[in-house]
Amino acid sequence: MNFNHTEERQMLADMAERFVRENLSIDDRHKAASRDDGFSRERFAEMAELGLVGALFSEEAGGFGGTGFDIAVVFEALGKGLVTEPFLPSLLAGTALAKAGRTDDVEAIASGEALYAFAHGEPSSRYTLEHVSTTAKKAGDGYTLGGNKAVVLGGTTADHLVVSARTSGSVDDADGISLFLVDAKSDGVHIRGYSTIDGYPAAEIALKDAAAELIGDEGLAIETIRAVNSTGALAVSAEALGAIEVCIYMTMDYLKTRTQFGRPIGTFQALQHRMVDMMGEREQIRSAVINAAGHLLGDQRDWHVSAAKNLIGRSGRMIAEESIQMHGGIAMTWEYAVAHYAKRVIMIDHLFGDVDHHLEQIIKLGRAA
Amino acid sequence: MDLNYSPEELAFRDEVRTFMETKLPKDIAQKVKTKKNLTKEDQERWHAALNEAGYLNAHWPTDFGGKGWNAIQRDIFDVESEAAGGPRVVPFGLNMLAPVLHAFGSKEQQDHYLPRILDGTDWWCQGYSEPGAGSDLASLKMSAVLDDSGENYIVNGQKTWTTLGQHADWIFCLVRTSNEGKPQEGISFLLIDMNTPGVEVRPIILLEGTHEVNEVWFTDVKVPVANRVGEENKGWTIAKYLLVHERSGIACVGDALASLDHLKHIAEDQKKDGKALAEDPFFAARLAQIEIDISAMRTTNMRVQQAGMEGKEIGPQVSQLKITGTVLRQSINDLTRRALGPYAMPFVSEALEGGSNAETFGPDYANPLAADYFNHRKTSIYGGSNEIQRNIIAKMTLS
Repeated sequence: MNFNHTEERQMLADMAERFVRENLSIDDRHKAASRDDGFSRERFAEMAELGLVGALFSEEAGGFGGTGFDIAVVFEALGKGLVTEPFLPSLLAGTALAKAGRTDDVEAIASGEALYAFAHGEPSSRYTLEHVSTTAKKAGDGYTLGGNKAVVLGGTTADHLVVSARTSGSVDDADGISLFLVDAKSDGVHIRGYSTIDGYPAAEIALKDAAAELIGDEGLAIETIRAVNSTGALAVSAEALGAIEVCIYMTMDYLKTRTQFGRPIGTFQALQHRMVDMMGEREQIRSAVINAAGHLLGDQRDWHVSAAKNLIGRSGRMIAEESIQMHGGIAMTWEYAVAHYAKRVIMIDHLFGDVDHHLEQIIKLGRAA
Repeated sequence: MDLNYSPEELAFRDEVRTFMETKLPKDIAQKVKTKKNLTKEDQERWHAALNEAGYLNAHWPTDFGGKGWNAIQRDIFDVESEAAGGPRVVPFGLNMLAPVLHAFGSKEQQDHYLPRILDGTDWWCQGYSEPGAGSDLASLKMSAVLDDSGENYIVNGQKTWTTLGQHADWIFCLVRTSNEGKPQEGISFLLIDMNTPGVEVRPIILLEGTHEVNEVWFTDVKVPVANRVGEENKGWTIAKYLLVHERSGIACVGDALASLDHLKHIAEDQKKDGKALAEDPFFAARLAQIEIDISAMRTTNMRVQQAGMEGKEIGPQVSQLKITGTVLRQSINDLTRRALGPYAMPFVSEALEGGSNAETFGPDYANPLAADYFNHRKTSIYGGSNEIQRNIIAKMTLS
């Protein structure tokens, strides 16, 4: 074992961190999030140019990274700046396309020249990946899709959608789900965009006889969907870690500088011990993210990804809430950045399975082993 | 001990239920139940309805028109009101300033201000915290200096976290009238007309985008000495009195029960793998835990209130109720946001306004709930943070 990054990956991590630090003050971030797109296209192009998107995919897929650690270092940096540029939608769609051998599409994502989104979840699917009621019908050479997709990250601005739909079987069957590529501007695709409470663009998408091209094998997409979900869960776990680092840094700084009762509040033991507990949980989270990253491409992926995501939901929540509490009123305000980091950490619990969902996965995997 | 309601208590409950059915405006109840923001006019209509029935000042001493309710009656009213969608009354005039005037105000002050609180002429807000004086309230700096005539104070400084200050006509303030001795010994309690030249209200936007609180700035604001409550430099005694004596609603039992009810409704409606979320063992266990805690807290609340009315010292228990009540309320908020799954994320802030037709996403109850979770983080910070409450308990029990 070795807990140091390779030189190359350390350079990637440093570059990502530096870019976020130098270009994404909290004001820059809010400005981007409040645009119609929900992010800055110019900045995303710049970041793609630096290779930060390509780093998410393997060389054979059309990128130049693609391991769990590549994804983790990029997303940790994104978490430190609450970056709303569409890295996560690109990662999800790109991972699905890579599994289907669609190198041209992955290259288009990696270079930043086209935006893709992954439309899988449905209004009643919650976190159950097999729950697909959207249907695909054969039509000439291709297919047409009908159904509704919920909370599609990056759905508003995507040029292309990777959509799951059922070619056979019934809702909740693992078999019979296929993935399709759909032109987001085509007839039969109705997109209603909005912002999430933590400031990220997403959309509800209704499909009605939307023309679609099958990618991958018909009816056998569930393994790809699971891989995409695990990859997304790792990415947001690393992103949460980045946001948590900022929460801890800001809270620590506040404890040292805020004076009440004639001394810095960080001299009060009641707060000291809680700050120390937060740092302890942060180390647990960092280790769980390392474990998940290291196992992303291995056969223990599901266990380690669920462990990380459960810890984010549990300890991440504790750190987010304590960061607000130990600041006091100031952290309840829009103007003070820590509130936005706390919001992101909390809302990440609602992506790719929450704390209880992953606890349940761990229990199931434990019994299966 | 007898945990059964007496016939009189049951009759009282029926009386309150009838009031809620007939006098609580339906549009206001609907807004409360769907967690829409209430306007000033909504609050005023609700206060007027309560006032007409004599409920608005039911908590006041009987000498001042109160109803002399015991702890059971207070609990019944709180729970029934919240269950029906009755808004919490705006407490600053009714439950904070009024008890201060009862105990420390002059006859003139009582006669002038109390009726205006009841009929809604004056909307009050609270000027306690300052940017440098939060948990350490006694370190407040806003100064009040007598002018040459000796008839007016000239007030300079800044208050913050002023809830609903944007609607207020008047603000009651703790001000510094002396820098001699201990910080607590130079504080006075002053009533200030918000329309006086030199008073400026600036909004503070909260983390989920709402405007509830404000900064209030004072520049050479002239305040008649007659607006001081109690003696000069004795304001800290009044502030402490307020902290201990008007805490009847502090555990927010009715609000917790109504929120739990809402959560149960959501847990039946949300599906997990084709079954109600309420049937999921993980979720059901968390829900059950909350029910156990609320049940115990409700009894604690009534026990403590009753002991207080019997003249017993309840300072530490009141602080404990603030901690237990806020933590429990936050755990309901937390489980509620989680019940929504991915639909906790979409958020359309315009839709929180009463008349808004803005489109929302997901189940119709979803939009306000993550915001509500974030907003309720304030409850363990305001009104004396939970850390300060623990200090109070420790000081009163360990030393």
